[in-house]
Amino acid sequence: MMTLLTCVPRGARRAAARLTLPVGLLVGLFTWLPAAWAAEPIKVGILHSLSGTMAISETSLKDVALMAIEEINEAGGLLGRPVEPVVVDPASDWPLFAEKARELIQQEKVAVVFGCWTSVSRKSVLPVFEELNGLLFYPVQYEGEESSFNVFYTGAAPNQQAIPAVEYLMSEDGGGAERFVLLGTDYVYPRTTNKILNYFLESKGVAKADIMELYTPFGHSDYQTIVADIKKFAVGKSTAVVSTINGDSNVPFYKELANQGLKAEDIPVVAFSVGEEELRGIDTAPLVGHLAAWNYFMSVDTPENKDFVAKWEAYVKKHQLPGGAKRVTNDPMEATYIGIRMWAQAVEQAQTTDVNAVRQAVGNQVVRSPSGFDISMDAKNHHLHKPVLIAEVREDGQFDIVWNTEGPVRAQAWSPFIPDSAKKVADWTYPWVCGNCTAPKFKN
Amino acid sequence: MKRDRDRDRDRGKGVPLCLHSLSQFSISVSFLFLSLILLLGLPSSSGATTEGKDLASLLHGLGAKSRRDVRQAITALGRLNDPAALPALEALGERRLRVDEAGLVSIKGEDGSLRDALSGETVELDEAALRTPRINNAVRRALRPVIAQLQLYAPDVGVRLAAAEELIKRPRPEMTDPLQAALERETEAAVRDVLAVALAQMQLQSEDQTARLAAIRLIGESGNLGLRPQLEALVATQEDGSFAEDDPEVRAAAEAALSSFERTQFLINSLGNLFYGTSLGSVLLLAALGLGITFGLMGVINMAHGEMLMLGAYASYVVQGVFQERFPAWFDWYLAVAVPAAFGVCLLTGMILERGVIRFLYGRPLETLLATWGISLVLIQSVRLIFGAQNVQVANPAWLSGGIEVLYGVVLPYSRLAIILFVALVVGLVWLILQRTRLGVQVRAVTQNRPMAACMGISAGRVDMWTFGLGSGIAGLGGVALSQIGNVGPELGRLYIVDSFMVVVLGGVGNIAGTVVGALSLGLVNKILEPVAGAVLGKIGVLIFIVLFIQQRPQGLFALKGRLAES
Repeated sequence: MMTLLTCVPRGARRAAARLTLPVGLLVGLFTWLPAAWAAEPIKVGILHSLSGTMAISETSLKDVALMAIEEINEAGGLLGRPVEPVVVDPASDWPLFAEKARELIQQEKVAVVFGCWTSVSRKSVLPVFEELNGLLFYPVQYEGEESSFNVFYTGAAPNQQAIPAVEYLMSEDGGGAERFVLLGTDYVYPRTTNKILNYFLESKGVAKADIMELYTPFGHSDYQTIVADIKKFAVGKSTAVVSTINGDSNVPFYKELANQGLKAEDIPVVAFSVGEEELRGIDTAPLVGHLAAWNYFMSVDTPENKDFVAKWEAYVKKHQLPGGAKRVTNDPMEATYIGIRMWAQAVEQAQTTDVNAVRQAVGNQVVRSPSGFDISMDAKNHHLHKPVLIAEVREDGQFDIVWNTEGPVRAQAWSPFIPDSAKKVADWTYPWVCGNCTAPKFKN
Repeated sequence: MKRDRDRDRDRGKGVPLCLHSLSQFSISVSFLFLSLILLLGLPSSSGATTEGKDLASLLHGLGAKSRRDVRQAITALGRLNDPAALPALEALGERRLRVDEAGLVSIKGEDGSLRDALSGETVELDEAALRTPRINNAVRRALRPVIAQLQLYAPDVGVRLAAAEELIKRPRPEMTDPLQAALERETEAAVRDVLAVALAQMQLQSEDQTARLAAIRLIGESGNLGLRPQLEALVATQEDGSFAEDDPEVRAAAEAALSSFERTQFLINSLGNLFYGTSLGSVLLLAALGLGITFGLMGVINMAHGEMLMLGAYASYVVQGVFQERFPAWFDWYLAVAVPAAFGVCLLTGMILERGVIRFLYGRPLETLLATWGISLVLIQSVRLIFGAQNVQVANPAWLSGGIEVLYGVVLPYSRLAIILFVALVVGLVWLILQRTRLGVQVRAVTQNRPMAACMGISAGRVDMWTFGLGSGIAGLGGVALSQIGNVGPELGRLYIVDSFMVVVLGGVGNIAGTVVGALSLGLVNKILEPVAGAVLGKIGVLIFIVLFIQQRPQGLFALKGRLAES
C-alpha cells in the first residue's frame, strides 16, 4: 500500500485515496495482520473555544475543521485509516487551553492539533507542544515575533496584514491618513502589533503626537468615551483607526460607531480581527466603508472560492448547524482548511503520522487555496506565503475588495521594524534550526 | 501647518477653474457686485463654459469603470453646481446607479423601476446586463461634499441644514461661490448661520484684512471645535521662531477665538463625561437594582443574580425571534412585549428558587453563597444546552439606533437615552411598590423585624417569596436593557455580578436610594477616570477606590439608622 501511494503522481492521488481503504484491508489480510489495525483511526485534536468571549469567532473554525476532516474521510481517509476529530472546549479560558492541549496529546494521543485564536491562548499552549513534541496548526493572523519548531502558522504575520493595511490608509485611495488611533483589546496580540505599527509609523515620519494608543479589557461593552475621544483626536488631520479589538467586544464597538455617526469617509476603521463571521447579525448599513485586512474574503471571485463556499453551505445544511443559511466563510476558516489539507498531504507524503516526519514533510507543501493562489508553507519559518487583501464593509455584511497584492507574500516572523527583532531569524532548516537566533546554530 | 500651506497652493490653482477669476476678486472688493453676478447667472450656466463639459457627459462619467474617472466626474459636477445631478449622485452613493454596455446611466428606484439619470423618464433595460459602479471610500469622500453642496437647493430646511454642516467639514476652494449664492438665497436663519461659518472658513485666507477678522470672529462665536486647527494655524510659529501669520491683528483675533474655544471645549468635555457617566451608571443601576432587593433588603448573598440578568436578556431574544417570524410588521415594538415577558420569566424563576432552595438557608450566608453559585452554574449550563454556547444576536429596533448630536462631538445615542429613561421608570416603580403598596409595607416590616412582623400576622414566608421574585424580576428588566447595548450569551451575568455587588455594597446594604446613588457615582467615577487612565487602569482605579471607601465607611454611602442596623 505504501509503495502504491508514493508511486502515484500527485494528481491521481485523490483517486487513489478512495481505493486506500479496500487496498489497506487487502494488504492487512495478506500480511496476516488483523483488519482492525488498518482501520484504527488517526486522532486529530481540535482546540477552539466553543463558549465564552471568543466563541463568536472560534466556533466556526471548529465547524470548518470538522468539514475538512469529513471531506478527507469521504475520500477514503489517510493512509487507509479514518481520521477521527477530538473536539475539546477550552472556554476562552487561557490556562485551560494548556490543560486541554496536554490532555489531547497525552491522553488522546492525537497526531496533530488544529486550534487557538487569541495569541494569549497560543502562548499558553506553546510550552506544552514544545515539551511533548506535539504539532499545532495555528490558523489566525497574529503579531509575529515568534516561530516554534512545533507550530505551523497558517494565519498572517504582520507584514501580510497590518503593515499593508496601514500603508493603504496612508495612500491617496485610503484617505491619506496622517493620524492614527491604535485601539485594541488588552493582551499580547494588540500590544505587540501596535508596537510594530508604532515603529513602522515612526519610520514613515508620523509624529508621536499623532498616534493614540487605547486598550480595553476582554468583553468590554461601553465604548462611548472611546468613540468620543477618537472624534476629538481626529480634529484637524485626516485620521484612521486601526482596531485590534478581539472577540465579542466588537459588537458594542461597531454599534457605538454607528450610533455616534462616525462614518468611514471621515474616520475609517480598519480591523484585523473582524470578518464576515463577526459582522453577522450586526446592522452593517451604518458601517459601510469601514475596512478589514485579511488574506481571504468570502466575496473573493474565484472558481476555487465558489467551490469552497458551496462545500461549506452544503456542510452547514447537512449537519443543520445553528445559523443555517446565514453562516459565512472567513479568513481564519480558510486558513484552518488550508492547514488541514496541508497536514493531510504531508501525512500522505511521509506515510506516517509521526510528528517529526510530518513536520519535515509540511515544509514546502503547496495547497491551492480558495483565494485562488497556490499557497505554500515556508519550510524555514513555518509560516504560509499569503496574498494580502484589503476590503470595505458592504451593506449586506460582506466585503468589497479595494486593494490586493499581485501574489502571495512571504511572512516575516520577526518584524524588521522593531530594532531588537530586526536581526533575528526564524529558520528551522540546517544550519540555523532555531526560531529566534542571529547566527546559524551549526557552523561548519 | 503643512496641510494649510498645501491648501493655499491648491486654492491658487483653483482660481482659474472657479466660476470666474472675476468672482474671486469680487469677494474681496465688493459683496454687492458679486451677488449681482450670482443673481443674474443661473447656477447651471456657470461651470459649463469653463469645463467644456455639459451635465449629460458628466453624468455619463459617473458610470466610468475606473474609480479615478468617477471621482473626476463627481468633482466636475461639483463645479457645475447643477442640482439636476443630485439624484444621480445620491444613487451612486447608495449603489442604486446602473450602467449599461453603452455607458447609459440610469437610476434604480425604490420600486425597482429604472429611470434615466438625466431626464428622469422610465427606461426599459434588462437588469441582468447592467453594471453597478463600484465605489470606495475615496469616491464617497469626493461624493459627500458635492451632494451636500447640491442639497443646498433642497426645499426641506432639515436637509439644507445638514448639507451646510457637512460642507464645514470638508472645505474646498471651488465651494466659495456656491456657498455665497446659497447664503444669498437662504431665508432660514439657522441655515444662514451655518452657511456663514462655512464661508468664513473659506475667507480665513482672504487678502482682505477686515474679511479675515470678521471670519475669525464668526468662527469663534460659532463654537464649532472642528475649525480649531485652522485658527491654530494662524497663531502657530514657524521653525525659525517667527509667526506663520504676519498680520498681528489677525493673530490677536485668532488667539481670542481660540481661548473662547478652550472654554467651550472644557464645557463640552464635562457635559460629555456627565452623560457617559450617567449612562454607564444607569446600566449598572439596572444590573444592580434587583440585587439591591435580594441582597440589600433580604440579605441573601445571591450569586445567581447575574443569571437573572441573563435570563431576562434571553427572554427578549426569544420574543424578538417570535416577532421576526410571526409579526415582522410590528418588529419595532417587540420590546413592549419583551419587558413584561422578561419580568415574568425571572419573577417565576426567582420565586421557584426561593421556595425550592433559599428559604431553607436563611441566616446561613456561607451556604446561601455556595447554593446560589451552584444554581448560577445550573442556569448557565441549561441556557447553553437550549440556545447554544455562542452569543445570540438581539437586534435593536430602528427607533433605538442612531443618536442626536447635542453639542459638537457629544452624541447621545438613542439606546442610551432610552435606558436612562427606562431605569428612571423602574426605580420609580420599585419605590412605589415598596412605599405605597401592601406588599411593600410587608416587605419592609419583614426585613426590619422578622419575628415581630410574623407576630402581627404577616406571612413572612410568602413575603420572602414575593420579595425575592420581585428582585429577580427587576433583574430580568435589567437583562432586557443590557441586550440592547451589549452581547447576549450564557455568560452575560458573569460580567455584571461583580459590578452589581460593588454598587450595592458601596450604596449601603438595605436601601434602594443607596443603590441608585452608588450606581450613578460609580458610573461617573469610571467615566472621569477612563479618558485619563485608559479603560483597563480606569477599572482598576474604581476597584481601589471602592476598597478604600469601604475601609473608611463599612456601612456604605447610606447607612440605615436605628435598631435594625445592628441586627
